[in-house]
Amino acid sequence: MPHVERLPLIERKSVQILLGLLGLLLALVVWDLAVRTEFVNPIDVSPPADVAEELIALLGTSALWSDILETLKGAAIGLLVAAAIGIPLGTLMGLIPAVNAALRPTVEFLRPVPGITLIPLAILIWGQSITTVWFLVAVGCVWTLVIQSFYAGQAMDEVTLDTARTLRLTRRRFIWSVVLPGTMPYLVTGLRIALTIALIAAISVELLIGVPGLGSAIVEAQNAGRLPEMYALIVISGLLGILIQVVFSAIEKHVLRWHESQRPGSGQ
Amino acid sequence: MNSETPILHRALAIGVTTAIVGLLWLYTSQSSSYLVVDMGEMLTRFREIWFFERFTSDFVPSIERLAMGYALAVVFGVAFGLGLGMLPAFRALLMPLVSFLRAIPPVAMLPPAIIILGIGNTMRVFIIAFICVWPIVLNTADGVAELDRTMLSTARAYGLSRWERLRLIVLPATMPRIFAGMRTSLTFALLLMIISELVAGTSGIGAFLISAQQRFQIPDMWAAIILLGLLGIVLNYLFTLMERRVIHWHIRSGGK
Repeated sequence: MPHVERLPLIERKSVQILLGLLGLLLALVVWDLAVRTEFVNPIDVSPPADVAEELIALLGTSALWSDILETLKGAAIGLLVAAAIGIPLGTLMGLIPAVNAALRPTVEFLRPVPGITLIPLAILIWGQSITTVWFLVAVGCVWTLVIQSFYAGQAMDEVTLDTARTLRLTRRRFIWSVVLPGTMPYLVTGLRIALTIALIAAISVELLIGVPGLGSAIVEAQNAGRLPEMYALIVISGLLGILIQVVFSAIEKHVLRWHESQRPGSGQ
Repeated sequence: MNSETPILHRALAIGVTTAIVGLLWLYTSQSSSYLVVDMGEMLTRFREIWFFERFTSDFVPSIERLAMGYALAVVFGVAFGLGLGMLPAFRALLMPLVSFLRAIPPVAMLPPAIIILGIGNTMRVFIIAFICVWPIVLNTADGVAELDRTMLSTARAYGLSRWERLRLIVLPATMPRIFAGMRTSLTFALLLMIISELVAGTSGIGAFLISAQQRFQIPDMWAAIILLGLLGIVLNYLFTLMERRVIHWHIRSGGK
């Protein structure tokens, strides 16, 4: 009989998935009981059945989809702005030690500053507009991109760079055929992390200043006293975050399928 | 490498940073925009406001909320994370739920927190603790799960009790991951302190910031923005210091 290593029951994938589902179910039961027994005030917290019903009803409305679209648009454009500034800056800092030395103190100083403090300033400049969302999303994710592209630039193989120099590649070919493929894995990872931040930032800004999107839909539901809808929208914004992570991870795997980090059994 | 490079780099660091600050100073003194305040004037206002006009009325309450919320998150996060990590069945049961709760944008939890707890200190401390607890839980649990099995079996073979294993092996070995989680949470703590004060705040730096903006007192607004920025920088610095002390033996302290 061939020797098959038997995993303990608990480490099997199927058992873990089942337990996870059971955990979610238990959470719903606890939530329901907390409302039923009035452990929490039923006026403040809607029972899960009402929220689920509202969630399904919401999925059929065009208002929800246009809110989701607005949020995604705000996050995407803000992220693009951050990428246009952060990626070249970080990559240059990673590739050229002198640039790193010159800019490092400024970057390290600005990085821990919470971007949200600029909300009042942004409102004075652009008012309650989508530009405010773009700006604050960009501020929120630019440092992540600078740091990730810095690592990307640093990770460039010296031999590759020397070879490119020996071959006297033109600047354009150097960037397209050497720097881009070499830095790609770090950049894609950086973009994935930044995308999560961008989505959270977009929803937050919408919620705080009332620009159309999922965030302001939550506040509107709250103000109108439609609490099941408010809870449903909060659940939807969580699900959206997870969905985007899953989709982007799949894209990451596909784009980087040639790279060693994606091969089975690689040490990375 | 040229031996003069480090000196050159230091000169570049000092030179360029000074140039950036200088240009900024020049810009603020020349600009005619009402939003731009001369840096000298702003620093004077900054000193007046925070030493000590609004120190006890706004600065202290903010720091108290931040410290309490964060401390609660660390205590519960580490305890819960160790539990999750050491009991695989418990971990499998709760991981999807925890991941989902973490995916909800922190600010989206603010409206229900206000509805349930009202506008007050309890709500602010709670929201900071509730959001900051998850990164610590997840990192701690992952840290425990990644522990060297042989090390644990050896400890068991030597007859160490469950409590001794936890204190002497699991906790120290998980420390770098706990710190990684705490670092992420620290950023969230500051963020939620600010936001929970911006929204319907009566006291605190965030409340002062938004009221300065609404009264178009631009120097005051800048004084609050600068203070919050400095707070981010100082907290981050203190955290790094503490991390170096506690896990100085770890190679990549501060890494993920």
